[in-house]
Amino acid sequence: MNVIIGLEIHCQLSTETKLFCGCSTDYRNDEPNTHVCPVCLGLPGALPRINRKAVEYGLRVAKALEMEVLEESEFARKNYFYPDLPKGFQITQYDRPLAVAGTLEIEDDEGHAKSVRITRIHMEEDPGRLVHMGGGDRARYSLVDYNRSGIPLIEIVTEPDLRSPQEARRFLNKLRTMLEYLGVFDGDREGALRVDANISLEGHERAEVKNISSYKGVEKALTFEITRQRNLVRRGQRIARETRHFQEARGITTSSRSKEEEHDYRYFTEPDLRPLRVRDWLEAIELPELPVARRNRFMAEYGISLNHARTLTGDLRLADFYEQVAAVDPALAATWVADTLLGELNYRSMGIGSVPPDRFAGLLRLIRDDAITDRGAVDVLRIMLDQCSRGEACETPAEIVRRQNLGKVTDDDFSAVVRRVLAAHPQAVEDYLSGKKGALNFLVGQAMKETRGRADPKAITRIMVECIGSEGGF
Amino acid sequence: MVSERDIEHIARLADIGITRDEVAEFTPQFNAILDYFDILDQVEGGEPPAPDAINVWREDEVLPSLTQDEVLGNAGASEDGFVKAPRVM
Amino acid sequence: MANRTITFEPDDRWNAFITCCSRAPCGDGALAGIPVAVKDNISTRGIPTTCGSRILDGYVPPFDAHVVELLKASGAAIVGKTNMDEFGMGTTTETSAFGPTKNPCDPDRVPGGSSGGSAAAVAAGLVRMALGTDTGGSIRCPAAFCGIVGLKPTYARISRYGLIAYANSLEQIGPMARTVEEVSRLMAVISRYDPRDSTSIRRPYIHQPTTDIAGLRIGMPVEYFGEGVDPRVADTVRKAVGRLEDLGAEVEECSIPSMAYALAAYYVICTSEASSNLARFDGVRYGPAADTRKAWHDAFSEIRWKGFGREVRRRIMLGTFALSAGYYGKYYAKAQAARHNIIRDFERIFSSVDLIAGPTMPTVAFRLGEKTDPLSMYLSDILTVPANLAGVPAISVPCGTVDGLPVGLQLMGRRFEDELVVNAAAAYEERGAA
Repeated sequence: MNVIIGLEIHCQLSTETKLFCGCSTDYRNDEPNTHVCPVCLGLPGALPRINRKAVEYGLRVAKALEMEVLEESEFARKNYFYPDLPKGFQITQYDRPLAVAGTLEIEDDEGHAKSVRITRIHMEEDPGRLVHMGGGDRARYSLVDYNRSGIPLIEIVTEPDLRSPQEARRFLNKLRTMLEYLGVFDGDREGALRVDANISLEGHERAEVKNISSYKGVEKALTFEITRQRNLVRRGQRIARETRHFQEARGITTSSRSKEEEHDYRYFTEPDLRPLRVRDWLEAIELPELPVARRNRFMAEYGISLNHARTLTGDLRLADFYEQVAAVDPALAATWVADTLLGELNYRSMGIGSVPPDRFAGLLRLIRDDAITDRGAVDVLRIMLDQCSRGEACETPAEIVRRQNLGKVTDDDFSAVVRRVLAAHPQAVEDYLSGKKGALNFLVGQAMKETRGRADPKAITRIMVECIGSEGGF
Repeated sequence: MVSERDIEHIARLADIGITRDEVAEFTPQFNAILDYFDILDQVEGGEPPAPDAINVWREDEVLPSLTQDEVLGNAGASEDGFVKAPRVM
Repeated sequence: MANRTITFEPDDRWNAFITCCSRAPCGDGALAGIPVAVKDNISTRGIPTTCGSRILDGYVPPFDAHVVELLKASGAAIVGKTNMDEFGMGTTTETSAFGPTKNPCDPDRVPGGSSGGSAAAVAAGLVRMALGTDTGGSIRCPAAFCGIVGLKPTYARISRYGLIAYANSLEQIGPMARTVEEVSRLMAVISRYDPRDSTSIRRPYIHQPTTDIAGLRIGMPVEYFGEGVDPRVADTVRKAVGRLEDLGAEVEECSIPSMAYALAAYYVICTSEASSNLARFDGVRYGPAADTRKAWHDAFSEIRWKGFGREVRRRIMLGTFALSAGYYGKYYAKAQAARHNIIRDFERIFSSVDLIAGPTMPTVAFRLGEKTDPLSMYLSDILTVPANLAGVPAISVPCGTVDGLPVGLQLMGRRFEDELVVNAAAAYEERGAA
């Protein structure tokens, strides 16, 4: 049974101010209800004013997704009642959205290129944020913070072209990266991207899963939903056409039987706003370098592998970071950023934004100049990241090397160590000389232990072979 | 013709309270008004005129917000800087 | 700006005011020290603003409407907030939660509505000027019934910022006073462009009325003098137009065929917009508090049932119905098409005449409590709603009496030609009356 998935993605646009008023969008570290004014609080008599930048951001997205911008678009009221919706309606776009009919190319599960059709994009305002108070199944009351009310959103609606949860995740990753490259979206902000998914098995009714607020959540919610629907079909039961909510914590979807089920939003043109005619801006909009172009440039300019280039350009900030440190040695930088640094960051749930590029470049120089072993470099990196994550001033790599005595041990130091090891393990030396090559590994391992990993194993091996050969087992 | 059940349905859709008496009062009134509205069936044409103005907007510049006290000052109840509202679940 | 206060303690036996400001600050400027009353659906910082409704009990706006800022800047003293039909939904001021206003010309009669408090305050001499708002005749009707002058400006000429919306696409704030001259003065103060209202257009009214109307072409639509219009009112207005002819105007008959469905279109549009505008009154952010022990929808519908009067709930329900799935096409979409036809009818007529003249209201002021049936109340707006649908300026100026009660002459002009409408009214007032 084919799986059919369509997505509606809501992204907060990274403008300075809200969609219809001059309140700052930078509210995440502030007290509730401190970024609101008569307009976004829905005080009687207040009137909305369109943020020109939000329209421009919408057009950038339209251009990047190769969409057709409507000659005239307009805002409309979507009427529903909820305490986080201060006017009792949401200003959105309905039958005349900003743009229609675009595409975004992704890879399908077999690795083949595949076009996902974009139905439309439109702009709308975010509601406020509700906190449910009181435990158990049922809250006692709600608390509302209107700081989020009026944050500009772009809603991107796809055709039902996706065929698996993995495809959906790839689509979202690709879309998110593109939006970040366009400079219209900051995916690091909590709740900046929310997804509703329509999902069905071919030939059956579809369910709409609402309220998915993380990238991982999308794959989880869809996987759960497919299993649920398959089980129903297997048991010969009918799949209900309904709205379901994703319970992130439990990883399941549940049917929502609330009153909003009677969808009758009674849309009509927002009488307080004038129409938009912005199609002719499109030509003047210059798109920045997008992920695929940047990936190709990384390969050409820095001579790095497709895999590294793909990883590094998969995130705007990571790509920018790489370019800041690549001058030290492009190939070395690619390996250390894509293979080592990313893993260490993930392990600590840190973002690339918290790593000072100049410090990392310093570390790369130590590696390049052979002043430190790979093992030592990892130790230095971990110390740096721990300092960054604690919000402390990050020492230079050279300082850390000096303080921790992590500098590479020289050949003279090695010789002494090697001699000590050979003296302590005569039997192993005998074995080696009698042709048991494995004994050398043992001896090298002992030497590495003595140097606490600061030695280069290749150098140790070389010196050890020299020692045994020249002194004939001393 | 709308029935009393229709009136009750509209009141639910509008999420507005209505009493039995009011249903009985509103039903004939709605029928008279909606009968009168039937004249709109005769309307033809009606292409919209060109808009007065297009592309009316503001620049993306931060303006002062209200203080938290001003926001909460008119609210019926508040708690820790939040506005208190009935439960939704 | 304010540098002194005036005392305002009126003998308000007409119930014209909801709130009086006994010490009102005032200052220097075009309206220095003049007491001005403001309809209670216009936001005033620090002064309760109720819209004549219980649902806004205790609400004190933290900001001034644009027109109120302008009044203050011109030195006027805002002495009080006037009574009105709840949210402007009425033609008599009887739907106010604060009780009806009485007509100073005859206390057994309604003052008209919905700006009945503003009209009565001016007619009774409690204030020299007042602001009203006009969604479907709410300035002109009470001006006519109380025997004063009221102007509904061209849509988009006055900022609606701070006006608590009833039907956004139709309504305008406008001046009311005893003379055309004073109406014109107040209009000049409030017609400054305001970017906060995206529908407003920069066309300031800077005008000194003149009374030379020689050569002005005036159309008299047959629909304004026919069925449903009290013949004595029609006669009075015909005579008034005759006086304008005596003063050199050229008068001709004309017809507005779309009048047939103008009232229906008006009521579909205004109730639809109202059903959405009034959803914000949920007892959460302002107004009487919703019961937070209840579930949201129960608390919401309860607060609306308690807070809104019957007429308001009737209109919210009508508008909800007109926009609902399955009925949008029959009602809302058709009403929009009708509105477009009305706009074209006006454009066509205004290609051959400069002004349209007719009665403001089909009758003189009703007795208090006389009209109880909603539809018959709606029908009395038939002559005022076309100007709102077309967005054109319209003035009501007193032009005589029937049974001792005032009759209003209504003059409508092309969009943004409020000046011409005012000139013709001034000409009638100065040289035509008597």
